[in-house]
Amino acid sequence: MLHLNQIHKIFNEGTPDEKIAIDHINLTLKPGDFVTVIGSNGAGKSTLMNIISGVLVPDVGEIHIDGKNVTAMSEFKRSKMIGRVFQDPMAGTAPSMTIEENLAMAYSRNKTRTFRRGVTKKRRDYFREVLESLHLGLENRLSAKVGLLSGGERQALSLLMATFTEPAILLLDEHTAALDPSRAELITNLTREIVAKYQLTTLMVTHNMQQAIDLGNRLIMMDKGQIILEVDAQNKIDLTIEGLLEEFKRIRGVQMASDRAVLS
Amino acid sequence: MFTAIFGSFEAGIIYAIMALGVYLSFRILDFPDLTVDGSFVTGAALSAVLIAGGMNPFLATILALFAGFAAGCMTGLLHTFGKINNLLSGILMMIALYSINLRIMGRSNIPLLNTETSFTKIGEFFDSLGIDSFFNSLLTMVGLGDSLPGTWGILIFMIIVTFVIKWLTDLFLQTEIGLAVRATGNNKQMIRSFSANTNLLTILGLGLSNALVAFSGALIAQQGGFADVGMGIGMIVIGLASVIIGEALFGTKSIARATLAVIGGSIIYRIVVTLALRVEFLDPGDMKVITALIVIIALTAPKLIEHSKEKKRKAKRRQEKMNRLQASAERKGENHAALKSDS
Repeated sequence: MLHLNQIHKIFNEGTPDEKIAIDHINLTLKPGDFVTVIGSNGAGKSTLMNIISGVLVPDVGEIHIDGKNVTAMSEFKRSKMIGRVFQDPMAGTAPSMTIEENLAMAYSRNKTRTFRRGVTKKRRDYFREVLESLHLGLENRLSAKVGLLSGGERQALSLLMATFTEPAILLLDEHTAALDPSRAELITNLTREIVAKYQLTTLMVTHNMQQAIDLGNRLIMMDKGQIILEVDAQNKIDLTIEGLLEEFKRIRGVQMASDRAVLS
Repeated sequence: MFTAIFGSFEAGIIYAIMALGVYLSFRILDFPDLTVDGSFVTGAALSAVLIAGGMNPFLATILALFAGFAAGCMTGLLHTFGKINNLLSGILMMIALYSINLRIMGRSNIPLLNTETSFTKIGEFFDSLGIDSFFNSLLTMVGLGDSLPGTWGILIFMIIVTFVIKWLTDLFLQTEIGLAVRATGNNKQMIRSFSANTNLLTILGLGLSNALVAFSGALIAQQGGFADVGMGIGMIVIGLASVIIGEALFGTKSIARATLAVIGGSIIYRIVVTLALRVEFLDPGDMKVITALIVIIALTAPKLIEHSKEKKRKAKRRQEKMNRLQASAERKGENHAALKSDS
């Protein structure tokens, strides 16, 4: 479904700040795979997401989605196939527009936008139906402006908007990190439900090791732009935080640097 | 007096189309577009030249609309593909249009007096209906008969035109493309992640915005009876004044409400300026400084009022807290005293 071949990316090349962000990474996701990505700050997790979604162009390497080479495809074209949820709950929705208008924009993702009405009666019924799956009562607030929703509600809506058109790939970039623990758990559970419901091929970056262990069928650990550990479905079942930290120490010879990762 | 107010009402409803254009760029796209100063004149210049050359005035006005669209698209191209800062792309286009407008006109001023314009045609049509005499006799009955407007036709015609444009704008902003344009001004990152080409949408939005501005310019030239290369100076500020006054007075609950507010703002702005110019020591040259003052007041006053309200609320809450603390302290003191007297 998703295939990364020898992806390489350097920031600030030729300056004293030169940094290898992604170091010849290969990664393949089969249809229905749910891969969680962990790693310390600056490991290249977000850069990897941005390269897959087309925000950044790799210096070397190829990206294939659904068998198509999309390396040179622009971000907006590629996003027909990619659903994204960002860390910032404000980033995934348009605050001064209503819930139903936001959903209508998401609904047009894989279609050509025309001069037809964005929110029709038929669509409104459909939106109400999909909103019910969030169990937040948003189905009764279709014409409320999204800016009035709480961070958790907005993130739940973003998640729904990113997924209900069933994109080929779903990218989740620390989408629970900015929420308080109870909200984060709500979004985590919704993520599990929705990914299972639509059988989405998913790549999720997280700082929360427990979350990375609980969700998904595969796990990768990144450090300094490389994938240093891959855990397959079989081994992921008995994985623990201690086990992961030990693995890191064994591979790198140092303690994992991010206290944020350990504590959360 | 009545004629003056009537005149400002009539001008206000024509300038409202320009203000709707400014609303599209400034509020919907979040793009402070200075092209307006140039494209307004482009509309006026093109229609004046064509009308003076004998073209049907309605057709000339429509062509002005397309010229404005092209000018707006150019600003959009500079900003999106040229990656030039939004204010600067507008300024560049405004300056370029000054020369282009001179080229279109061939000189700096084209009079349209004694020429058949859209409004003379409308006026004639209304004369034949006899509506003017009906309205004027109404006014005479309520005691305003001493200064009667020449024709009601222009006002009624312009109310219809402006409201049709408002209605079309509302409809457009509810379409799939319209929603994407709004999101482009609201959250670019988000709408791009839903496969919308924000560059094209910005260009489209600016094109439509300047189309309305040029259309308004063409009508103002025909109403005033001339096109002048300097008639667009400060037009963006007038547009902003209309948008801000309208929003402050009539609210922005929905798109339809906001566009209605913009029309209202444009009319009120004209009336305020007319009244201000009646003050003894002010002359027409002071109009720009009055406009600037109106915008400054409209931008700062709401914040100041909100700030002082918040301060008062905070003081009140603190006072309540203090009172409660004091009351509980007193109660404790009483208990203490009671205990002492017991022992």
